[in-house]
Amino acid sequence: MSSTTDPRAAESAPPKRAFHPSMLLYDQRYRSITIQIFALFLLMLGAAWLIDNVINNLRLLGRTFSFNFLSQSAGYDINQRPIEYNSQMTHGRAALVGFLNTVILAVMGCALATILGVLAGVLRLSKNWIVSRLVTVYVEVFRNIPTLIWILIFGAVMAESMPAPSAFRGDDPASSMIFDAIAITNRGVYVPAILFTTELGVLPLGPVSPSLNWVLVLAVLVAGIFANKVLIDHATRVQNATGIRPKTWWKSLLVLFGPVILIFLALGAHLEYPELRGFNFVGGTHLRNSLLAMWLGLGIYTGAFIAEIVRGGILAISKGQTEAAFALGLQPGKTMRLVILPQALRVIIPPLISQYLNLTKNTSLGLAVGYMDLRSTLGGITINQTGRELEGMLLLMAVYLAISLTISGLMNVYNSRVKLKER
Amino acid sequence: MSDTHAQTVAYVRNEMLPPADPPLRESGAVKWLRENLFSGALNTALTLAALAIIWYALAAIGPWLLNSVWSAGSLAECRAILDGTSGACFSVITDRWHQLLFGFYPPQHYWRPVLTLALLFAALAPVLFPALPRKMMIFSATYPFLAYHLLWGGSVWLPVSAALGFVAGYLAYVILARVSTLVAVFAAILAPVFWWLFAAGPFDQALSSVMPFGLEFVRSDRFGGFLISLIIGISGISLSLPIGIVLALGRQSDMVFIKSVCVIVIEFIRGVPLITLLFTASLLLNYFLPPGTTFDLILRVIIMVTLFASAYMAEVIRGGLAALPKGQYEAADALGLNYWKAQRLIIMPQALKISIPGIVNTFIGLFKDTTLVVFIGLLDPIGLSNAIRADTNWNGIYWELFIFIAALFFIFCFGMSRYSMYLERKLKTDHK
Repeated sequence: MSSTTDPRAAESAPPKRAFHPSMLLYDQRYRSITIQIFALFLLMLGAAWLIDNVINNLRLLGRTFSFNFLSQSAGYDINQRPIEYNSQMTHGRAALVGFLNTVILAVMGCALATILGVLAGVLRLSKNWIVSRLVTVYVEVFRNIPTLIWILIFGAVMAESMPAPSAFRGDDPASSMIFDAIAITNRGVYVPAILFTTELGVLPLGPVSPSLNWVLVLAVLVAGIFANKVLIDHATRVQNATGIRPKTWWKSLLVLFGPVILIFLALGAHLEYPELRGFNFVGGTHLRNSLLAMWLGLGIYTGAFIAEIVRGGILAISKGQTEAAFALGLQPGKTMRLVILPQALRVIIPPLISQYLNLTKNTSLGLAVGYMDLRSTLGGITINQTGRELEGMLLLMAVYLAISLTISGLMNVYNSRVKLKER
Repeated sequence: MSDTHAQTVAYVRNEMLPPADPPLRESGAVKWLRENLFSGALNTALTLAALAIIWYALAAIGPWLLNSVWSAGSLAECRAILDGTSGACFSVITDRWHQLLFGFYPPQHYWRPVLTLALLFAALAPVLFPALPRKMMIFSATYPFLAYHLLWGGSVWLPVSAALGFVAGYLAYVILARVSTLVAVFAAILAPVFWWLFAAGPFDQALSSVMPFGLEFVRSDRFGGFLISLIIGISGISLSLPIGIVLALGRQSDMVFIKSVCVIVIEFIRGVPLITLLFTASLLLNYFLPPGTTFDLILRVIIMVTLFASAYMAEVIRGGLAALPKGQYEAADALGLNYWKAQRLIIMPQALKISIPGIVNTFIGLFKDTTLVVFIGLLDPIGLSNAIRADTNWNGIYWELFIFIAALFFIFCFGMSRYSMYLERKLKTDHK
């Protein structure tokens, strides 16, 4: 290259060389194409081999690939039914019941795990020696023993160590109900149920038909939360304009709970208490041992992991932030709420969501204590009865995958919203 | 002035007083108690609540544990010894000790799993301690095949022919590396596949009929207890790390096709519960293999558990790769290192160091997840505890078995997490 040549011109016009097949191997620009084509070739070969095997195997077994079994009669009972179900209904309906049971357990488990985890995570940072040691023992013991063992242990505690319903009988019973309302027995826990005198009927939504009463209560609650947010936004605006924040707590309470209480009164809500009749308790809501064992096992196990996440999140915020907040004159409570937590949450939320995902996937261990979740209905009895392993397992995986992708999709949206804006 | 003073005052101290002890409230145990346990109303309440919890737990479990029976042949016998008092029957552990450790493995062959475990440490030594001679790595490389033969037995030529597949891949690489590295890598992938598909079977059969060496064959359904947990756990742990690294690199790759395949694999595996993969291994794998092929259930489970852990491992390592400053990549480029050299010498050592806690957490998770094999009928410790309870001698025994199994898992997992903390401290190079 002569010194008179403009270096930019030289850069924009690389020396032209005719394409030669050996460049596919040696030239960086084309090599990645070769590698990808080779990988594609291997993948297609593997996929073709697998699909060919499946077709051959199905032919040898005299089977077809179809999801017709979902509309056949199931013929088995499910002990926990959030929606109407009996053994005459279809396998598809049974799978739906199982799915709802999975969701119920996952939501209950996540709630318990979050409460326990946040509490334990904060207490483990406590200056109180004995409390922090006790919480450390909780975290280490639960984290290092498989969740399946915990589920079985809680199942055994419920079934073996709790009094039988007959212990509640007689003038001087061996056991008595807590507050005359909750009975803990070896057949499960009986708690009061909320009943309405006025039934509004059901919301026709296809297979799932929720009671209109509860839909109404939920709608009012959501509206209340929304109204409360408007109220708080208004208070913040007033504070920004005048420097004085109006008192909102009693308005908030009124807006949040007033309408719900009114709805309950209007619909004639009352509690139905469980009572001992014959050999068992009748009335109220029956929480089965299987549900409780799964709930406690998964919730307390996952809580230990969440405790570590919360602790790590709080420790990740440098001490300078607290000191800066104090220097600005913020009180400790406000420092936590306005300075530490918003930053700690950014660290805490992603691993927290992945713990929720783990818990949701671990609900598939329900079979160990006989909890009728999606795995036990669709992936268990339905597959055994119809012999449709391939279709059943594919469907099962697809449902779990959909749940997981939904949760991680939401997490990504949240993450991109709270992410620190960097250069 | 001072003179006057000395004359007027009757007594002047000449030497220093020894320093007085600090007040009782500000020293020793009292101070510690005041600061750590009773520094305020809330703290005092917390302390009292914690003490109450400890007291109740000890009162509930302590007497039961202390009053335990260690030698009895059955639950009835144990209850007779206890004579109505509350106490633990740990005699079930002493009675079924071998079963909990080895399952139904033939007792005269117990030396085989024990020797396998002992050799494992010899094989791990050169990996964990760089000071040892590098030649010991040859033993580490042959260990998996040796371990398979020791545990399962059968013809010695089966593991040999499997190992020859890797040798074939290595030879193909060495021969073709002179032509082109890329061609050599392709050949190193294809050669073992062809060897295993077409040559390994006849080779094994031919040599087995000519020279039938080997230990007595033990069927997979005889395996059980902690033996099975350790086999699945250790194989999964040692295989998932390299596969996870490959998947993580694939996900970071510039090649669109490779990247999307890796993303799909990782997200799919992370999206489904392990138990569905295990059911796939036990129920569905026959659909995906040529008609009439069977292969060992434990092996299938190991494959599935490894795949499952690899996907998690890939995400952990991806985190490590992402945490590495971009300057490291650029520095490697500036030194003129190619992709693999940059990865091997600069990127991976740092990325792996950053991800040690995550990697060990994945290992611990994998080891705990080995308990799920009970659902597909393998007799892991939980499966055995059910089997023991089904026996009339020990019908109705729960806590003792749970405590024993939980304690063993706790020791393994807690040990692993402490080791990772030690490793983290040892490898820490920044001076924060």
